[in-house]
Amino acid sequence: MKILVCVTSVPDTITKITLTDNNTKLNKAGVQFITGPYDDYALSRAVELKEQLGGTVTVLNVGEADAEPVIRKCLAIGADDAIRVNAEPTDAYFVAEQIAAIAKENNYDLILMGRESIDYNGGQVHGIVGEMLGIPSISPVMKLAIEGTTAKITREIEGGHEDLEAGLPLVLGCQEPIAEWKIPNMRGIMTARTKKLTVVEPSGNDTLTQISSYELPPARGACKMIPASEAETLIKLLRTEAKVI
Amino acid sequence: MSVLIFAELEEGAIKKSSLEAIYYGSKVAEQTGTTATALVLGEGSADELAKAGRFGAAKVLHASETRLNEGNALAYASAVAEAVHQEGATIIVLAKSSLADSMAARLAGKLKAGLAANVIELPDLSSGFRVKRSIFTGKAFAITELTAEKKILTIKKNTITPEETDAVAPVEAFKPALNDSDFTVKVTNVEKATGDVLLPEADLVVSAGRGLKGPENWGIVENLAKALHAATACSKPVSDLDWRPHHEHVGQTGIKISPNLYIACGISGAIQHLAGVNSSKVIVVINKDSEAPFFKSADYGIVGDVFDVLPRLTKAVKEL
Ligand SMILES: Cc1cc2nc3c(=O)[nH]c(=O)nc-3n(C[C@@H](O)[C@H](O)[C@H](O)COP(=O)(O)OP(=O)(O)OC[C@H]3O[C@@H](n4cnc5c(N)ncnc54)[C@H](O)[C@@H]3O)c2cc1C
Ligand SMILES: Cc1cc2nc3c(=O)[nH]c(=O)nc-3n(C[C@H](O)[C@H](O)[C@H](O)COP(=O)(O)OP(=O)(O)OC[C@H]3O[C@@H](n4cnc5c(N)ncnc54)[C@H](O)[C@@H]3O)c2cc1C
Repeated sequence: MKILVCVTSVPDTITKITLTDNNTKLNKAGVQFITGPYDDYALSRAVELKEQLGGTVTVLNVGEADAEPVIRKCLAIGADDAIRVNAEPTDAYFVAEQIAAIAKENNYDLILMGRESIDYNGGQVHGIVGEMLGIPSISPVMKLAIEGTTAKITREIEGGHEDLEAGLPLVLGCQEPIAEWKIPNMRGIMTARTKKLTVVEPSGNDTLTQISSYELPPARGACKMIPASEAETLIKLLRTEAKVI
Repeated sequence: MSVLIFAELEEGAIKKSSLEAIYYGSKVAEQTGTTATALVLGEGSADELAKAGRFGAAKVLHASETRLNEGNALAYASAVAEAVHQEGATIIVLAKSSLADSMAARLAGKLKAGLAANVIELPDLSSGFRVKRSIFTGKAFAITELTAEKKILTIKKNTITPEETDAVAPVEAFKPALNDSDFTVKVTNVEKATGDVLLPEADLVVSAGRGLKGPENWGIVENLAKALHAATACSKPVSDLDWRPHHEHVGQTGIKISPNLYIACGISGAIQHLAGVNSSKVIVVINKDSEAPFFKSADYGIVGDVFDVLPRLTKAVKEL
């Protein structure tokens, strides 16, 4: 089993977003970067499948050099090697093109991604890559088992889930509870230092979207407190004041 | 140049979020001096198709194919791409959904289109084609320019308030080529709650967290939801503990919702939880701890015990 896991380097989920340069950039000062939580699920499942079936797990990031600590952590968790496409990846189509180019050279059985990046929330890179490679893409995947050359998958749908069967190769966007997040152990951290991280230059330059500026949401007004003894008033206020029921 | 809207069917009816997308698409057509066509895939009644016209479509394309009754992202993307070419559409609008998201991504790959997800306003055409989209799960917005000839916009719920008219749009039969290669993924089983309000579509949501103590106590949450015709949701630990099904989990790593009303019961208001619900119009927090962080992000708050407050709220709703 040859597995490619695509990971993003994203601000920690507890980050308070602030802007800089006249609201044209996110302020990275003091921000802790982590592997996308969904990508972490993908990686954890990939490592489990490798332990179960043998094979290799390669981690791929399209991004700048400052993402390397995040990539090293993926190696510490159990990936065998890593590739970084050296570019500022501002557009999903561009990212997909880079991933597809690498996938075409390497014939992976499975390409695992997160269901979406937690920074730009596009939820699209897996679909675009699937299209570029001419293979199915499925997201969001909650369960994944491999039997021979068939993948048995549970996908979340609105109000429930569906079970699917598909032949390999496949591109999957993963979410919980596909695996438990793995924490690197000391041995993993030591061996990660010597694992191969190849840096390649991007191919093609199709950027189809461009961010011109950022905005922050307006603050909510003060919270109107209702004493518990008069809880019923809430329902009246929701009807007459907020007009939502 | 025209605007094509993908209108999604749910059990034969056009989804409410898709009616919003049709209305949004008709406004984009007005802005760009062109017309809006709605595309419906799968069997749907004449009554349902007529709704598309009433919400702003100038024309409805309908592919009444049994093979398209099942929402299949790959086959749908092929059919939509064919409609895009047939109609000369350059702007494609859809409402965010589990199916539409997967479909839109394939479509972006096929058409080499720029895709903006989670769009929350009409585009700004004053310089190029710019949209405002929600990023960082609602913690920020990015003004994004779409520079490719073809543009795909997936809109978030409550982006625009649709208006229904009595306009009548002609319905044209559409016969997309169906490729067997789009049907290689086999669906072996579907489990879906029926009769309930679907969470991503719901205008009103009652949500509960670890403060409920255990799954056996969910009756008080469900009763309030039922009285309000609301959907139910929960925090991540609640679905992790299997107290509630995973498709009810909202937040940064769960479903992102933007209903008119979100009532949070016994949820502390962690930043990852807020990320999934902070674009709700009105937020109510019920928590016994007056220091719970959620109160800082709420419009109405009650410091109280859910086991006391929820049944009384349910009674008050029934007495409205
Ligand atoms: C100005 C700017 C600078 C950026 N710099 C970096 C950077 O240095 N490093 C970085 O990692 N991201 C960076 N990003 C984020 C960028 O890579 C986004 O992830 C990308 O635009 C796709 O966004 P999306 O929300 O559409 O992805 P989605 O479609 O939501 O992503 C789905 C999945 O695709 C995979 N994926 C997405 N993006 C990448 C990627 N870049 N590499 C590998 N797999 C990926 C992941 O598995 C992800 O879970 C930057 C973004 C901007 C705007
Ligand atoms: C990477 C990452 C992603 C995450 N993603 C998500 C996500 O998507 N969604 C999510 O929800 N969480 C997410 N979390 C978890 C999040 O950090 C919190 O742990 C979680 O939201 C807490 O859930 P809770 O509010 O139900 O429980 P608690 O934090 O335990 O809060 C329970 C609340 O109930 C109140 N309470 C107790 N008894 C009563 C009573 N009788 N009446 C009234 N109030 C009562 C308490 O005062 C307390 O405020 C994520 C965490 C990480 C690290």
